[in-house]
Amino acid sequence: MCISLFDMFLIFLILVKGISVNAYDTPNDDGSSVTVSWESDIPYSSILILRSEQKDGVFEPICEARVGRNDYQDTLIVRGTFYYYQIKAMTDEGEIISAITGPTVASVQVFNTGRLNIFVAIIILFAAILFYISRAKREKLFIRKIPALAAMDEAIGRATEMGKPVLYVPGIMDIDDPQTIASMSILAKVAEKTAAYGTTLYVPTARAMAMSMAQQVVKEAATKVGRPDWYIADNIRYLTDDQFGYVSGVDGIMLREKPATNFYLGVFYAESLILAETGHSTGAIQIAGTAMPDQLPFFVAACDYTLLGEELYAASAYLSQEPVQLGSLKGQDLGKLIFIFVILAGVIAGIVGFQGFYNLFISVH
Amino acid sequence: MKRTLPLTIVLGCGIFMLIAFFVPVRWFQDASQTLQTWYLGVIAFFVFIGIFNLVRINVLKIQHKRRDWQFSIFLLIFLAGMLLAGFIGGPDGTVFLYLFQHFQIPLSATMFSLLAFFVASAAFRAFRARNPEATLLLIAAVLVMIGRVPIGVWIWKGFPSLVEWIMSVPNTAAKRGIIFGIDLGLISMALRVILGIERSYMGGKD
Repeated sequence: MCISLFDMFLIFLILVKGISVNAYDTPNDDGSSVTVSWESDIPYSSILILRSEQKDGVFEPICEARVGRNDYQDTLIVRGTFYYYQIKAMTDEGEIISAITGPTVASVQVFNTGRLNIFVAIIILFAAILFYISRAKREKLFIRKIPALAAMDEAIGRATEMGKPVLYVPGIMDIDDPQTIASMSILAKVAEKTAAYGTTLYVPTARAMAMSMAQQVVKEAATKVGRPDWYIADNIRYLTDDQFGYVSGVDGIMLREKPATNFYLGVFYAESLILAETGHSTGAIQIAGTAMPDQLPFFVAACDYTLLGEELYAASAYLSQEPVQLGSLKGQDLGKLIFIFVILAGVIAGIVGFQGFYNLFISVH
Repeated sequence: MKRTLPLTIVLGCGIFMLIAFFVPVRWFQDASQTLQTWYLGVIAFFVFIGIFNLVRINVLKIQHKRRDWQFSIFLLIFLAGMLLAGFIGGPDGTVFLYLFQHFQIPLSATMFSLLAFFVASAAFRAFRARNPEATLLLIAAVLVMIGRVPIGVWIWKGFPSLVEWIMSVPNTAAKRGIIFGIDLGLISMALRVILGIERSYMGGKD
């Protein structure tokens, strides 16, 4: 076998300047891909990735990568088969071929280690919740007062005294959103109170499924307090899926029916301030709550009481006053305390330059 | 049974989706994707329920000549018009696009534009210096507002940098604190729902 001068020149280039390739089983997947990554000191216009099942076999091109990329996920593989990879870089001086890397085989990972930190966090929180639930069964736990929820009775009572209805807006998202689920849990409590007082309750929804759920929740609540006759299905109505169409519909209800109390609990976007300001202009007492951080300032500015973020999720448990649910709230607070310590530890680790602590939290993909 | 079956489904699906989040095995991923596809199918079905509810309420309103019943006629006409235009010409049909571009978009934009006035009125109330916290809010807001307009740079060149610092340090810190709380609350509520501790969204405990 004779080696030409040009081949020798290429080998020289590879050895001196270097173009390296590495192939490995893609971490945290179902064994359906191999990742090929490369590094090159030589400027190139494109990279051709070659693959073969034999080290001395024919290497077939499988993909051409653009400049700027330095890895490729090969999904056109058969699980359990060994592969060898090589890359060919197109440079101004011609083609440069890397050394062969392999064999590499893709395998199934049964646990996504990139999510280990989330798993640990859930386990800690879960343990804290279970611990406090068991404690709540034995002793009375102290739960801090949430002003917005404490004012709920007063707000519904005011509407009753004035002979005006209560308006409950469960946000604009469907029931696959946890905030809407939380909102439905609070709606159950509001419906119990309004049914007991015989006050009209309007629940306009932006999603048909949320309407169906709200109807069921309100109906059950009315039955629970012995007032099934109070329930009127048409008061829980679907308006439209369109964001601003929904806002104009709710604003219309506010201006026509003049509810004495407005609840805005759930997911809100740009409509939050339009709703809250219209409600304010009608003189209603307003209680809002959302876990959308960008909308919270609008509610704080325009409403009388606001459930801030996590308080929306805690509201149902708080209102129920059941020991088991209160225990879960206390567990959540303990989890928060642990995370505060973790953040403080992170700050200290950052100041002293301990990178290992930081690395514990960057593996989530 | 009325409660047990839904609770069992919630428990089963909840735990399954939780496992699927941590286990990248294809069978789990495919099954979790299938569950989500089923949900989309259920949503599609509920569109008809929503339209039925809308039509029923407005027809009743017209029949009983309740207050502002005339508006319901417009609603039903446009609902039928959009549906017909969509069914006949498809979503790219001329009539459908005309109705969408010349009715729905301007109406939505009108509602959205109200925000400009509502921001001013809400800010007027929120920025009253009633206590030290409100005063701090007022000062921060004034600085940010001045720093974001050309006259701010004219008054003092350091305003944009100051605004950048307020937005990226104290504002982001507060926001992240809230987001941490939200995430913990979310996990806690999810566990309550999955384990059947929280069941008021189904109408109560019994």
